[in-house]
Amino acid sequence: MLAFIIRRLVQSVVVMLVVSLIAFVMFRFIGDPVDQMVGLETTVQERELLRQQLGLNDALPLQFWHFVSKAAQGDLGISYQFKRPVADLIGSRLPATLELSFVSALFALLMGIPMGVYTALNRESVLSKLFLTISLIGISLPTFLIGILLIFVFSVYLQWLPSFGRGKVVDLGWWSTGFLTVSGLKALILPSITLGLFQMTLIMRLVRSEMMEVLRTDFIKFARARGLTNRAINFGHALKNTMIPVITITGLQMGAIIAFAIITETVFQWPGMGLLFLQAVQNVDIPIMAAYLLLIALLFVIINLIVDLLYVMVDPRIRIEGAEA
Amino acid sequence: MSFRRSLLGATLLASMFATPSLAENTFNFAFQGTLQSLDPYSLNETFSLGTLGNVYEGLTARDQNLAIIPGLAESWEVITPTQWRFHLRKGVKFHNGNDFTAADVVFSADRVRSEGSDLKTRIPADAKFVAVDDHTVDVMLSSPNPILHYEWDSWVIIDKEWAEANDSVRVTSASDQSATTISLQSNGTGPFKITSHNGGVNTTFESNTDWWNAANKQYNIDKVEFATVSSDPTRVAALLSGDMDLVYPVPVQDINRVNSNATTTTLIGPELRTIFLGMDQMRDELLYSNVKGKNPFKDVRVRKAFYQAIDIEAIKSKVMRNLSEPAALLISPFMFANADQFSRPAYDPDASKALLAEAGYPDGFEVGMDCPNDRYVNDEAICQAVASMLARVGVKVNLNAQPKAQYFGKVLASNGFDTSFYLLGWTPGSFDSWNILANIVGCRDEAGNGGMFNLGGYCNKEVDALAAKVLEENDPVKRLDLITQAYRITDDEVSHIPLHQQGLAWGVSEDVDVAQRADNVLMFYHVNKKQ
Repeated sequence: MLAFIIRRLVQSVVVMLVVSLIAFVMFRFIGDPVDQMVGLETTVQERELLRQQLGLNDALPLQFWHFVSKAAQGDLGISYQFKRPVADLIGSRLPATLELSFVSALFALLMGIPMGVYTALNRESVLSKLFLTISLIGISLPTFLIGILLIFVFSVYLQWLPSFGRGKVVDLGWWSTGFLTVSGLKALILPSITLGLFQMTLIMRLVRSEMMEVLRTDFIKFARARGLTNRAINFGHALKNTMIPVITITGLQMGAIIAFAIITETVFQWPGMGLLFLQAVQNVDIPIMAAYLLLIALLFVIINLIVDLLYVMVDPRIRIEGAEA
Repeated sequence: MSFRRSLLGATLLASMFATPSLAENTFNFAFQGTLQSLDPYSLNETFSLGTLGNVYEGLTARDQNLAIIPGLAESWEVITPTQWRFHLRKGVKFHNGNDFTAADVVFSADRVRSEGSDLKTRIPADAKFVAVDDHTVDVMLSSPNPILHYEWDSWVIIDKEWAEANDSVRVTSASDQSATTISLQSNGTGPFKITSHNGGVNTTFESNTDWWNAANKQYNIDKVEFATVSSDPTRVAALLSGDMDLVYPVPVQDINRVNSNATTTTLIGPELRTIFLGMDQMRDELLYSNVKGKNPFKDVRVRKAFYQAIDIEAIKSKVMRNLSEPAALLISPFMFANADQFSRPAYDPDASKALLAEAGYPDGFEVGMDCPNDRYVNDEAICQAVASMLARVGVKVNLNAQPKAQYFGKVLASNGFDTSFYLLGWTPGSFDSWNILANIVGCRDEAGNGGMFNLGGYCNKEVDALAAKVLEENDPVKRLDLITQAYRITDDEVSHIPLHQQGLAWGVSEDVDVAQRADNVLMFYHVNKKQ
């Protein structure tokens, strides 16, 4: 088991190196950072000097080497826009993204699984049809459109919920949370629904189809023959056996939620990492972009690792193969 | 209902922090862009400088009509053409309680011209600042400069003692690897203090009750909450829902919507920025074109043909929804008294075709056009309109519209002015024509020395000579005449094709009364909010 984890970690270093290399090559094409850092009247000579000082005139491999060697020591550089260490900036924006992702994942799971089970068990009911229609909307409408629609209904017309931002946050020192205030909790609702709707749909459809598959299998028939209650069959046996793919997908989607919160964060001006990244792209803030991409790569690697470990816990059969490897 | 709800929220919060202050009159506003460093010399950009202008003050100020008025200097006089004397206001204190004196002015004058400052152009490099006494400063110039103080409203005075004590003598420059105190905190003399700042997210300002002009203050707000909201629909929604008291800019397509809402309205006015088209007149062979071996834009007839092919009224009504003012010059009429002597050539595609034929292009030609798509109001749509208008006279435009970072990365000096035909907007920071004559139409070399934003490389020595005279002429009448002569030449030669001044649009709640300045700067001391 330990060997398995170590091997995975070594692989992850390679993945991250490749990601940062690709990122560095791409940075060539997103514009000149210096033009974004100075005002219009700054002279050509001053711009050139800046470029020199920032090391932008160095050869690409050299720039890459500087970045990697510093990153390895935990130094992600200084943001061009904010003049603050990138690690601090990401640290200060991380809570917003994580809280949002956590709530949307919770929303997706708590809504998606029961809806999936219900639609699998009551295929013909009106409610099932309604759920499936909603899920069609969730899967086909782009995120930003859903976000704007929600804003216009709940903020502009009904004026129930705020249209942007995190509301009032409480600073716990190293973590700023929106969970402890009314405005913070209200601010979480619309963005979490926007971000989680697609995942909810996905989970619901997945649970539904897996459940229907499992309900047709022999062991469910035998369970019925044994005279077990419907409740025990549906939830004790059928649902448990549908969970493997759900865990995989949820795990992978958790990474996707965090990584692709960019759009939701932009629509709701949610001060998280995604917004930070988008602002960095607009302003050619290379240190932030590089660090963010690296972090997201790391996140996916870690999530995959956790998912693999969870498999082992849920399905004993995998454990044997794992031991051999 | 909503009152009870907010009361509930407020009580909860109050019980949490035990600092209830319900009587505070808070003004919430959102802008598209961000406030980054708080160092007022780090970035020469309107929003940053304008917003920090609520916290710091310069020797001069500008009123809501942009006329120059006394700021931290009570008065000033030109003793000889090269010696100016500024009488400083007495009894002014910085937010930390330090007195404002001549030493702070001399210090700030050095600091603004030091390494890393982005505002070096505020003061001539060789001007000497001499503290005559605690409240008098003399400025010694090497040559006369009638517009010396034109941009001093945004060159703000910093407390020498505080800067020295807080490692903030050096300017937080773009290449800095660590933040100075002044980039994260503020200590000015202005009517507002910054109490919290999350770069790129939000900033809180509180009224400075010890402001020197507090007795005559014309605002009634105690607190200002600024938030960056970059997405257009969200910004508009924040206003409509009542979360915000003021948002800007409002996209032109949303103006009707904001006006039709019962509690909100828009403030509209012409902006100072002029949007124009430029053409490469420097290269011997035009890039991105099917014309080989020569450059059609070197021929004034071609430039004139382009000018006449553009139906500016159509752009105004269709693209800008009437929120623009067609321009005949590269400067807003607001800043140039003789602007009425100039007019655009009539829109005339037939005359345009004839001119092209005369110049040797009866079937037109092909040219690439560079255009930003997130910098000016409807910039890409303007370029598309221009391209289709030029298609009518036979010129095929291959449009390359990109986000501003990529656009500027391509067309500016750093990339060798890699463009044949482009759209650009410009506001002279000094509100004066010399800025245009130097930056936009002044000759430049291939590296960009000279007219740095003269991307097309238009060059006429006569205009340069006039510009040099304009810089030093102290007599306003003669100066205006020199400027007019220079514009006469650039207009005759179609150095550029002016399009329009885009409009300003602020969305405001009915509870708020605010003065809209034509330079798009929001001064908090022009804000009143019904309680």
